[in-house]
Amino acid sequence: MSVFDGITIALSKGRIFEDTKPLLKAAGIIPLVDPESSRELILPTNNPRVRLVIVRASDVPTYVQHGAADMGIAGKDVLIEHGGDGLYQPLDLNIARCRLMVAVPKGFDYQGTIKRGARLKVATKYMLSAQQHFANKGVHVDLIKLYGSMELAPLTGLADAIVDLVSSGNTLKANNLEAVEEIIPISARLVINVASWKLKRDSIEPIMNNFAGSLS
Amino acid sequence: MTYRWLLPEYCEDILPDDAWALENARRKLLDLFKDRGFSLVIPPLIEYVESLLTGTGHDMDLQTFKLVDQLSGRLIGVRPDITPQVARIDAHSMNRVDINRLCYAGPVLHTKPDVLSQSREPYQVGAEIFGLSEVAGDIEIQSLMLDALSELDFNDVILDVGHVGIFRGLMEALEIDSKTENEWFKLLQHKDIPSLQSVTQGITTEFRQALLSLPKLNGGGEILDLAREVLPSTPKIKAALDQLIAVRERFTTRVKLSFDLGELRGYHYHNGLVFQVYSADYKGALARGGRYDEVGSAFGRSRPATGFSLDLRQLITFKR
Repeated sequence: MSVFDGITIALSKGRIFEDTKPLLKAAGIIPLVDPESSRELILPTNNPRVRLVIVRASDVPTYVQHGAADMGIAGKDVLIEHGGDGLYQPLDLNIARCRLMVAVPKGFDYQGTIKRGARLKVATKYMLSAQQHFANKGVHVDLIKLYGSMELAPLTGLADAIVDLVSSGNTLKANNLEAVEEIIPISARLVINVASWKLKRDSIEPIMNNFAGSLS
Repeated sequence: MTYRWLLPEYCEDILPDDAWALENARRKLLDLFKDRGFSLVIPPLIEYVESLLTGTGHDMDLQTFKLVDQLSGRLIGVRPDITPQVARIDAHSMNRVDINRLCYAGPVLHTKPDVLSQSREPYQVGAEIFGLSEVAGDIEIQSLMLDALSELDFNDVILDVGHVGIFRGLMEALEIDSKTENEWFKLLQHKDIPSLQSVTQGITTEFRQALLSLPKLNGGGEILDLAREVLPSTPKIKAALDQLIAVRERFTTRVKLSFDLGELRGYHYHNGLVFQVYSADYKGALARGGRYDEVGSAFGRSRPATGFSLDLRQLITFKR
């Protein structure tokens, strides 16, 4: 058990970290270590009462739900898969924006296949979102869980279609795929542990308000 | 190779030190309940699922281990929660018309583990008051809950209070269908303001503002005065705020208070004040409770009811 009793914020490296830095700065929080050049996972900041922990994007809701972090920044995609129990998600940070989409090889007759009532093989990392999306459409699918390089699945005959995040669409294009359906627009959310919110509201609320202020 | 010593996942033995701690705590709590005039009941571990899951909603259904009764061919559930059993006992078995105070202690079983305790077998201890519809009943239960936690050496705590009637009142005023209400309820429970904003775009401005203010109406006692100003004063909402203010008056000098008008835990069977206790260092609620006046009706008669319960296994492990 750590003795740190300040505020712990969980973040993932890369795009979310870079896009969050200006928000943190607006809240007067400046990381003292750059996660890209350091191997440290707990990053101190200029405020001794605030620290950052660097975790995998899909682990952020878990850290916050268990209270290992008081707050965190997680993509809506990750939150949907997690379910969001034990978390508040009061603020859309409008960063790391993209769309969760269905994509198929160019020339594949997606609408026609669905109309015929055929069963689709769909490869994805986002099992829950994909399952809900196709259930709402009334389409039978066999989901194949993958952890990365989804675009490869239709090219190698592993699946007919994929459900994946699309931002520029360049990766799809380079692999001769096209997006045929949007499931949901995605951006990063501020998430807060329920107990932390009740117990440390005085420390958490100003950070949240500063984030919100720098958005508008 | 089978490991014969291996227990099912999220199940554990309670070894001597903890077992004594749990038993001592159980005795202290039951003694306290007895002193306050509560009678002990011991319901069975299994019941027909129809009675076990009355009015508790989908979540409890998923949490219930089920088996087929070889004697009747009917579906039986292992209790995931003792409260509906005690409501059944009050409504049907005891059949009293006056105020009935009941308490209980025993294990329950869940199909999925609790996130914090990582256990599927909570040890539930609780107390319920039937037949008392006024806020005095809720205050008595809250007071007992704080005393119970104090017996277990949890003294520096926060009492967090909400009221299901405010959201219900808004939904009634707006004549929202139950499917939409459920969706909005989920968003409110997550304080998901961005999504609430987008799904409520079509509704009347006054009520929309009120709905969107709920996730923000949380903080110390002063937010109740703010709530009076910003929420529409329908009879239901006014009554809810009056009850919250009564709680504030009663406990303001005794315990640190937090009010959260967007807190709707147990919305499917609660219909009034809902409350939970938090303490520093502990990442979840120590004890929870609330009012559930309608549950008894499934067993023959509707009775005002309010109560609280806690998981002794979880609290003992935390104190270790």
